[in-house]
Amino acid sequence: MSAGLASSTRTGRFANESRPSTEEPPAALPVQDKRERFDQILSMHLDAAYDLARWLTRDEPNAQDVVQEACLRAFKFLDGFRGGNARSWLLAIVRNTYYSWLEKHRSQALNVTLDEEYLDGDESALHNGHHEDSNDIDRVLREADCRRIINEGLEKIPAEFRETIVLRELEDMSYKEIAVVMNVPLGTVMSRLARGRKLLSQYVRQANQES
Amino acid sequence: MDCLQTRNLASAYLDRELDLTSTIAMDRHLESCAGCRSAFDQQSSLSSAIREHAVYHTAPAALADRIRAAVATTSAERRPNETRARRWQWPSFGHWFQMGAAIAATATITWTAALQLSGLSQSELIADQVVSGHARSVVTGHLADVATSDQHTVKPWLSSKLDFSPAVVDLTQSGFPLIGGRVDYLDHRPVAALVYARNKHVINLFVWPDDASPAAAPMQTLAKNGYNVVHWSARGMAYWAISDVNAEEIKDFARKCAAAT
Repeated sequence: MSAGLASSTRTGRFANESRPSTEEPPAALPVQDKRERFDQILSMHLDAAYDLARWLTRDEPNAQDVVQEACLRAFKFLDGFRGGNARSWLLAIVRNTYYSWLEKHRSQALNVTLDEEYLDGDESALHNGHHEDSNDIDRVLREADCRRIINEGLEKIPAEFRETIVLRELEDMSYKEIAVVMNVPLGTVMSRLARGRKLLSQYVRQANQES
Repeated sequence: MDCLQTRNLASAYLDRELDLTSTIAMDRHLESCAGCRSAFDQQSSLSSAIREHAVYHTAPAALADRIRAAVATTSAERRPNETRARRWQWPSFGHWFQMGAAIAATATITWTAALQLSGLSQSELIADQVVSGHARSVVTGHLADVATSDQHTVKPWLSSKLDFSPAVVDLTQSGFPLIGGRVDYLDHRPVAALVYARNKHVINLFVWPDDASPAAAPMQTLAKNGYNVVHWSARGMAYWAISDVNAEEIKDFARKCAAAT
């Protein structure tokens, strides 16, 4: 599955954001400068951090806790951040914080997810030469409660697919940036997005049949 | 490209993340296969629907303030230590040298460790891309843009496509005939990919100017996804050789190559 990836760079929301830094790692900053630099990153990327945490925890107070803890970590690690893509750097910390938070609060975390059995139908349909009704998704997406179905579906697919879709579709990140945030190879980003989208399509189709 | 491959790559195609060869293959297949085109259109509608309808949760206004306050508290927490520090007895003058040496040593160790750690992750990232680049060239069968065993053809061709001129060496005598060259994209820049053969195996040698560490770096080997990788730097250029030949052969290749450049 890793074949064919262009590993292209795409600039982030801010033009100079993903430019690789060739600077030396900075020495420890004085506290005041560090606070200013942190403030800058926070005001630019807090929404991205919160949105990712909110989609991961699927709960507002928990998302706030995760983001706050992540930001404190980010402040602590700020001397080690060598410049470059601040959004990817912060989101990687948010993600790691979420997964350690999850270890500690497993009982609090929502555990409802679709399982991947959903996928099997889709793939076997192709093997058997049947094509799914091509109007299904478009029909659902034209309906009034499309918004509800999309949001519910995204909440229900497993976290690894959910976070990849959020980074791709809501943050508009390139595969390369996503690979940095999730600390996985490009091929994994590609296959998680493909499977995540399939799961979500299945959910949408299912919702259509039930309604 | 068949239907199953097309379905598997549709998502990356939609995101414009496929390389040129695969993109063209996808274009062709989608033109001729109504089933795949309809599946692709659905993916595309789904993607637009997510972008349009999935909620982008913005942070509550109070959160930023809470975080700033929490950060202020953590950076202020050092003060109690300072008061305690005042109660320490000043060390006698003779201890200053020892203390200074200890601090300097710690600083050096931390600095070195930090450099090495950051260096490692950087080369790990590159190694991933090298593996992808190699796999991509082998799987798609797109090894060379300029397919010739003549180094004097490959070098000028690459120089005309790149903002640098890589050394292209003839290693036929050592059992590594040149197959050709192509331009690839690694480490945020276009790079030269030189393709050599070893019996039935393919060796990709990626070369680009190494701005990060212009000094020569010794050869390092690693194994990744079943491939053997050797990388080194010399005269301001980074060299990454990768193949499925065994570790000794790729090292032999790298040594011959480094000696000849």
